[in-house]
Amino acid sequence: MGTISLKNARKAFGDVVIIPGASLDIKNGEFVVFVGPSGCGKSTLLRMIAGLEDLTSGAILIDGKDMTEAAPSKRGLSMVFQSYALYPHMSVRGNISFGLKMAGMPKNEIDAKVAKAAATLNLTEYLDRKPRQLSGGQRQRVAIGRAIVRNPEGFLFDEPLSNLDAALRVNMRLEIMQMHKDLGATMIYVTHDQVEAMTMADRIVVLNRGNIEQVGSPLELYNRPDSLFVAGFIGSPKMNLISGKPAEKFDAQTIGIRPEHLGISLKDGTWPAKISLAEHLGADTFLHVDAGPCGMMTVRAAGEYDAAPGAKIFLTPEPDRIHCFDKDGKAIRK
Amino acid sequence: MARRETMQRKIFITALAWVVGLIVFFPILWTVLTSFKTEGDAINISGFFSTGWTTEAYSVVQSRSNYVQFAWNSVALALGSTFFALVIAIPSAWAMAFAPGKRTKDLLMWMLSTKMMPPVGALIPIYLIFRDLGLLDTRGGIITVLMLLNLPIIIWMLYTYFKEIPGEILEASRMDGASLGKELLYVLTPMAIPGIASTLLLNIILAWNEAFWTLALTTKDAAPLTQFIASYSSPEGLFWAKLSAASTMAIAPILVLGWFAQKQLVRGLTFGAVK
Ligand SMILES: Nc1ncnc2c1ncn2[C@@H]1O[C@H](COP(=O)(O)OP(=O)(O)OP(=O)(O)O)[C@@H](O)[C@H]1O
Ligand SMILES: [Mg+2]
Repeated sequence: MGTISLKNARKAFGDVVIIPGASLDIKNGEFVVFVGPSGCGKSTLLRMIAGLEDLTSGAILIDGKDMTEAAPSKRGLSMVFQSYALYPHMSVRGNISFGLKMAGMPKNEIDAKVAKAAATLNLTEYLDRKPRQLSGGQRQRVAIGRAIVRNPEGFLFDEPLSNLDAALRVNMRLEIMQMHKDLGATMIYVTHDQVEAMTMADRIVVLNRGNIEQVGSPLELYNRPDSLFVAGFIGSPKMNLISGKPAEKFDAQTIGIRPEHLGISLKDGTWPAKISLAEHLGADTFLHVDAGPCGMMTVRAAGEYDAAPGAKIFLTPEPDRIHCFDKDGKAIRK
Repeated sequence: MARRETMQRKIFITALAWVVGLIVFFPILWTVLTSFKTEGDAINISGFFSTGWTTEAYSVVQSRSNYVQFAWNSVALALGSTFFALVIAIPSAWAMAFAPGKRTKDLLMWMLSTKMMPPVGALIPIYLIFRDLGLLDTRGGIITVLMLLNLPIIIWMLYTYFKEIPGEILEASRMDGASLGKELLYVLTPMAIPGIASTLLLNIILAWNEAFWTLALTTKDAAPLTQFIASYSSPEGLFWAKLSAASTMAIAPILVLGWFAQKQLVRGLTFGAVK
C-alpha cells in the first residue's frame, strides 16, 4: 500500500512542454521532497499525481494500480495546498468533515473522527469558527486536519509552510515529521526551502525545467551531486563554482567547493583572496571574497571571524571535498 | 501639525460629499416636492416651497390611470427578465471563469461591445420582428428583450465574481471526493451567493428603469411604469405636479429596494472591487 510510481509521465500545456517525461518510484511510507527553482514544474508534477492535471502521456501507478485516468478522489491521496484552500463558508468542523460527508460516512462516525483529528492538531476549541477567524498557523492545521481525517494512503503537500513566519514554520515542520512517523503514510512534499528539504526528506528529488536531475538522500545530494545544477542548488550558501585555470589543474571544466570546505589562513594557502564583505550570523561568519582568477567566492568561518573588508587571506580547499564537472555539467567521478 | 491637517481634510471631504450628495439627490427631491404642489405652484419654478401643500395631483393620477396594473407589469418585467438572464448567465460565467478557452476574453469583450451600439439602431428590425411574431405589447416579448439587453452586463458581473473564487478551493473539494454536482451545490454556489445577489439586484433596477424599449414596444397590456410616467408628459400639455406625482410613484418601490440593498449594490456596481 502507498507506493507511487511515475512511468515517463509527460505534461504539456498546448505547445509548451512543462514535464518532458518523469519516471520515479516512491516506496510505501517514504517522505519524498521535490525541490527546484521557481517555475520548474514542482506543483505541476504534484498536481499530476493528485489527478488535478491530466497527463499528456505516460502513466501514474498508485499501489501498483494504474491510476492515470482515475478521478482525484479515487486515488486515496490527500492534498494540502499552499493557499490552504479552506472552504470559507464552512466552520472548521465543516471543513474537516467535508470529505467524510462526501464519502457518505454515518454522522456519529464522522463526529468521532473529526474530534480525534481536532484533538491531535489542537483545534478542538476552534471547531465552530470560520476559517477567516483563525490565524495562519491554525488555518494550516485545519488544512492538515482535512487531509488526515480521510486516512489516505499518501499525502501531497505543496509548499504548505511558505505562508507562515519562521518560528511557526519550525514548529509545523516538526509536527509534520511527527505525523509522518505516527501515520507511516507516504508523503510527497514540495518546497523551495533548503532546510525543510534537508531535514524532512528520506529522499530529495531535484527538478530542473521539468526534468528530474537527481534523486537521493539529502546527504547523497550534498556530498555527491551528479551535476552542476544539483551542486549549485543543494546547500546554503551555494557551492562556489570555479572554471578556467584553477579548474584545469583538476582536469575539469568546472570545479565546486562548498563555503564550509575551505580552510582560511593569513599566511599561506592555495588561493590568495581579498575580503570584500563579511556577514555575521553569530554562530558563523560568511566571508565574501575576491579570489582573483577563481572569481568571487563565499567562505564560512566558524564563530565571530574578525575581518576587515580589504584584508588579504589565503584559502585552501579540503582535497576530498572538491567536486569536478565536465563541459556538460556532469560530475566526473574519480 | 499633521493632526490638524487631517482634521481639516476630514471636514473638507465630508462637506464635499454632502454637496455632491445633495446635487445628485436634488432632482428626486424636487420631483417629490413638486408632486405635492398645485399645478399653479408647480409651473412656477422660482418657488422652492409651495403656497399650500396638497395631495391633489396624486388623487387625479390615481383616478385617471390604473397605477397597480403598470406597477405589476414593471415587477413582472424586472423579475422575469432578471430570472431568465441569471439562468443563462450563471452557467456561462462558470464556464468562462473556470474553464476558459483561447477566445474567452475576446468573447467577453465582444459581448460588452454590443452595449456600445445605440439601441435605436436595432429598433426597426426588432419592432418588425415583434410585429410579425405578435409579440408587441406582450410581457413575454418585453421580458426577452430586457433579458438580452442586460445579459452582457450580467455575465460580466458574474464572471468577475467567479474569477475571485480561488480554483484551489474547488480542487480541494474534488480531492475530498465531491462530484461536479456536489461541488457546485456545496462549494461553488454558497461562495458565490453575494455576487449572485448583487447581480440580481442591479439587474432588477436596470430592468425597472429601462425606458427606451418598454416605451417603444408596449402600449397597454404589458406597459410598465415608464409608460405610466410618459402618459403624463406630452399630449395634454405640461402638468408638472401630476407628472411629478406619477414619477414619484414609479420610482418609490425601486428607491426603497435600493435603500435596503445599498451594500450589495456598491459591490455590484464596482464589479467586485470593493468587498
Ligand atoms: N495552466 C497552465 N497553462 C500553461 N502553463 C502553465 C499552467 N500551469 C503552469 N504552467 C507553467 O508551468 C511551469 C511550471 O509551473 P509550476 O507551478 O509547476 O512551477 P513550480 O515549480 O511549482 O514553481 P513555484 O516554485 O514558483 O511554485 C511554469 O512555467 C508555468 O508558467
Ligand atoms: Mg508551485
